[in-house]
Amino acid sequence: MLNDILAAVIVIAGLLFVVLTMVAYLTYLERKVLSFMQDRLGPMEVGPWGLLQPLADGIKLISKEDIIPQEANKAIFKIAPIISLVPAILSFAVIPFGRDSFHFEGITTHPYLTDINIGMIYILALSSIGAYGILLGGWASNSKYSIMGALRSAAQVISYELNAGMSIIGVLLLAGSLSLVKIENAQQGGFWHWYIFPQIIAFVIYLISGIAETNRTPFDLPEAESELVAGFFTEYSGMRFSLYYLAEYANMIVVSCVATVLFLGGWGSPLPILDFVPPVIWFMLKVYFFLFFFFWIRATLPRLRYDQLMKFGWKIMLPLSFANVIVTAFVVYMIRH
Amino acid sequence: MEILSFVYFGGAILLSALMVVIFKNPLYSAMSLLSMFAHVAGLYVILEAEFLAGVQLLVYAGAILVLYIFVVMLLNVQTQGRVLQKQAPVVFGAAVVAAVEVAFLISRSHFYPELPPVPQPGVPPLGNTEMIGMVLYTKYLFPFEIASLVLLIALVGAIVMAKGKLKFR
Repeated sequence: MLNDILAAVIVIAGLLFVVLTMVAYLTYLERKVLSFMQDRLGPMEVGPWGLLQPLADGIKLISKEDIIPQEANKAIFKIAPIISLVPAILSFAVIPFGRDSFHFEGITTHPYLTDINIGMIYILALSSIGAYGILLGGWASNSKYSIMGALRSAAQVISYELNAGMSIIGVLLLAGSLSLVKIENAQQGGFWHWYIFPQIIAFVIYLISGIAETNRTPFDLPEAESELVAGFFTEYSGMRFSLYYLAEYANMIVVSCVATVLFLGGWGSPLPILDFVPPVIWFMLKVYFFLFFFFWIRATLPRLRYDQLMKFGWKIMLPLSFANVIVTAFVVYMIRH
Repeated sequence: MEILSFVYFGGAILLSALMVVIFKNPLYSAMSLLSMFAHVAGLYVILEAEFLAGVQLLVYAGAILVLYIFVVMLLNVQTQGRVLQKQAPVVFGAAVVAAVEVAFLISRSHFYPELPPVPQPGVPPLGNTEMIGMVLYTKYLFPFEIASLVLLIALVGAIVMAKGKLKFR
């Protein structure tokens, strides 16, 4: 009992450390990738190749003054960034990032925190809770820009969450489980087992919805700087501002991890010959591919107009994902019987 | 441990449900409702109904309450003039009926702990989600279809009302 608790605490601490470090360095990576795509160098001053830039940014943000607008609703203004960040971090509890359990003196740790049999629903539920942080933050700031950003964001998150949820159902039908561990195990043994091939439509829909849900370009209307200053976090500064940023990047990692698990076989190697590479490495490679994809899209595409965004979500993506579910269900039934 | 968490979740549900009514600011009421939904989900987890807990959060907290908050924000509901409404007698009557019902149910229920059904050997235990799926599509298929039909009618009705007078040709 005590050993189990100890093991859980160690895994939680390790996971938190890795995730938060990843989030910090993701900002660096994004700036570098964008810079190279725009033919410049990006951060170069702090440390070799600017590698210590995230650290410097962190110190700057922590030591900044925490400004709260006079007319703001203070309690909700303070809580909102936390409501935004906590669900994003909690989602990592069910993501299986490796194959082998680790045994040490009777303590067993798994490469995931917990394997609940509603893993996928858990992640969807948490991502919908995350919308509250944005909505409340925008409302509590008592500023026109903030409330506009918050309303846009909430509408966008609700619309695209539906698409994400519907696109996932195809994979769930194929795997026959909601548990991420089981979905991963069902795709092992080479890249031809990966669900990206039978579920290519769902994969594309999930990726687009993932970008929309994390409010990234080209769906970054909630924080469109040319019209809304910074959207829902216009009034935020210092550490609270950075909490929103952390949440956005943590959500990006969650979306990448889920896409990896659902469509690219998680920790599985693409060819059986390549099995000597540790599963964790494969998992990280796939996750970083998706993260790079996020940056790539940002550097390439301009922002959508708001009505285009809504029309695209409801009139194209949703019928497509419904059709995908119906066809998948039919085919799975025919194969099994 | 189980009783302790039950007391916590039950108490939190009662408290936040009370706060929903007491708060004058509609947004605070909505936030209390969110807390209540979350704690009801916790109660489901204690009862080993994880699927229900997940759906509770996804549907109520994730979709329905967000719409409430939308309405509160967009309509800018007055926070001062929210006094006791005129339907107080009706509410009181309903509360009395509900209280009598609960008292009746409690008086009829057993107070000794019931033994859980012995799992049959050889049959692999199904998860909560699989069980719900099985029962929903076999035993309760008809009520399930009726419920989806009712939802469909509501959906069509909402579209008709939102569109207003359409000119059919």
